[in-house]
Amino acid sequence: MTISIDPQKTNNESLQPKGWLKYFSFSLDHKVIGIQYLVCGFLFYLIGGTLASAIRIELASPMSDFMPRDVYNQVLTLHGTIMIFLWIVPVVNGAFGNYLIPFYVGARDMAFPRLNAVAFWLIPPSGLMLVASYFVEGAAQAGWTAYPPLSITTPQSGQIIWILSVLLLGGSSIFGGINFIATIIKLRRPGLKLMQLPMYCWAMLGTSLLVVLSTPVLAGTLILLSFDIVANTGFFNPVLGGNVVVYQHLFWFYSHPAVYIMVLPAFGLVSEILPVHARKPLFGYTTMVFSIMGIVVLGLVVWAHHMFTSGTPPWMRLFFTIATAFIAVPTGIKFFNWVATLWGGKISINSAMLFSCGFIINFVFGGITGVALAQVPFDIHVHDTYFVVAHFHYIVYGGTVFIIFSSIYHWFPKVTGKMLNEKLGILHFIITFIGFNLCFAPQHWLGLNGMPRRVAEYDPQFQFVNQISSLGALLMAISTIPFLINVFLSVRNGKYAGDNPWNALTPEWLTSSPPPVENWEGEAPLVEEPYGYGKEITEQK
Amino acid sequence: MTTLDSSKEIQKNNSEVNETHEDFRMFGLITFLIADGMTFAGFFAAYLTYKAVNPLPDGAIYELELPIPTLNTILLLISSATFHKAGKALLKDKNSDSQKWLFFTAFLGIIFLICQLFEYFHLPFGLTDNLFASTFYALTGFHGLHVTLGTLMILIIAWQSRINGGRLTSQNMFPLEAVELYWHFVDGIWVILFIILYLL
Repeated sequence: MTISIDPQKTNNESLQPKGWLKYFSFSLDHKVIGIQYLVCGFLFYLIGGTLASAIRIELASPMSDFMPRDVYNQVLTLHGTIMIFLWIVPVVNGAFGNYLIPFYVGARDMAFPRLNAVAFWLIPPSGLMLVASYFVEGAAQAGWTAYPPLSITTPQSGQIIWILSVLLLGGSSIFGGINFIATIIKLRRPGLKLMQLPMYCWAMLGTSLLVVLSTPVLAGTLILLSFDIVANTGFFNPVLGGNVVVYQHLFWFYSHPAVYIMVLPAFGLVSEILPVHARKPLFGYTTMVFSIMGIVVLGLVVWAHHMFTSGTPPWMRLFFTIATAFIAVPTGIKFFNWVATLWGGKISINSAMLFSCGFIINFVFGGITGVALAQVPFDIHVHDTYFVVAHFHYIVYGGTVFIIFSSIYHWFPKVTGKMLNEKLGILHFIITFIGFNLCFAPQHWLGLNGMPRRVAEYDPQFQFVNQISSLGALLMAISTIPFLINVFLSVRNGKYAGDNPWNALTPEWLTSSPPPVENWEGEAPLVEEPYGYGKEITEQK
Repeated sequence: MTTLDSSKEIQKNNSEVNETHEDFRMFGLITFLIADGMTFAGFFAAYLTYKAVNPLPDGAIYELELPIPTLNTILLLISSATFHKAGKALLKDKNSDSQKWLFFTAFLGIIFLICQLFEYFHLPFGLTDNLFASTFYALTGFHGLHVTLGTLMILIIAWQSRINGGRLTSQNMFPLEAVELYWHFVDGIWVILFIILYLL
């Protein structure tokens, strides 16, 4: 049946704090929650980035002279955990999803606004808890994977705090996923068909399915791990008859889909940005939809390719190699669709476009090394070396973080009504792109030559290449400065953008910028062709 | 799906139209239960892998007896039926009948928990004795946590279905339907757990 929407209950304007204070309240407005996710995530990005810089300073020399070895392990663990669970997942899902999905489906808010606010407010406390665990007895030292028996034998308090905060963040992620699925499937404006939705909706639907299906398994695994640490059980402790490989299977059942949870929304966002700035319809909409769903299905059955050196039986190696290689097909389809979207378009070279193109270049590179890593003989050679580090940073930084910046340049006028400075934006892109490639491309070579990951000390023969990599990291750290200056200056004194500065056709631009509290004055518009650029010209011919 | 009062449509501030939307709270709950089921699936997968790969060490005790868990299975299956009766009664506006059935369901849930505790105290092994003992307690304990939460929720909606001033009526069935679905889910998980843990 139906529920009446009670404006008194959903967004009581008189009760909500005004101005910047609303970002510190338990607001139910999806736009406020989206910005909360973004800013909170960015603050944790700065913390995680500082930790990354510390790692690269340490690795500039072969001996561990910048910090003790156990502190290096803690820094490494916190860097990975913060970047994944507090920056990329919340921002690329929570921030952009909350801000954009209700516009795209023609709704006034998310399906469950209250659950949405709860999901966000789980993040700051668990993040602070994680960072604060450093001051207890030392933070967790077992890496973001927390493999037992290492995670059982290292100091317990840090590891337990790590588990608790990851459980809370997983809960937040699941609540968000439930909300996105309900919003996209159930809250669509009447008359809007699924195949008319902008691509980001499809990406978020696929991502949320992965979140709902795989995150609970991680939660269960971490509960068992905490039993091992606190209650002295032996689920994953070989000394007590447990089985560490079971942990690895359960962990990667979540954490491989987590890669797609981090990168599928970026696929969606780039599919929104490219058509607008190339003034062309998105090439191959239907194939894009099917390849997203193909990635979702395949993404759930490839996890053991992280475990080729864990005594995996031959049949399992064969199956997971083939399944992983298959993922290259839908991903390749998407890549060619983006290139075809750009082909012959009226491309404007601005910061959003540059970051998107940077994404395409970096992602192809990360994808190629990914296919290489799926092959058992090669994987056994480079397992746990810097080759893997380079590969996944090409995916999550060169892929997703580039798209986060691209999206900020694209949607900043929507959120604030002001334009970002293009010159500073292009400067930001150039430093980031050079710094990123300088930092991570040499690590492929390091890995192929056998430098192990996660170790504070290394063979002196690798010193020169490591210093190049550290120089790149320095550039990446510097690249944040023009971005921050740009954002602060533009929020205050930026050029007024008007409602639709990019002349985009997707629904979020068909209302004022910044949008009113319940998104639309009157009824939501029905957008049947979100990518109908250049249609009228062809029809006139 | 549910019967909610759609007569109280309140006018929007910024438009003249009355806006209503479909009730998708049940949809959200089903999505959540799928997620919850995946946690159990992870536990079951771990247990079955242990069973296939890790042999029980010599001298370790891991023996389960069937009478109590069989009784528990029957209790939970009956409680699913009584909960269904409560829903039927509420639909016919027989609130006091509905309340009686709900209390009976909660009573069965409490008996289940007592039996479970009785079994815990009389088993020949403890939580940390061996791998299978740990898995047994983790699985049944996690399920017991679900039963405890479910029983509490049943008591709450039983209180809400009181005749004077109760929020639960045949026009507002959602709380009852939500808890009912959750309860059936917990029962279903128990049946799977019973088969995997006790019968296999």
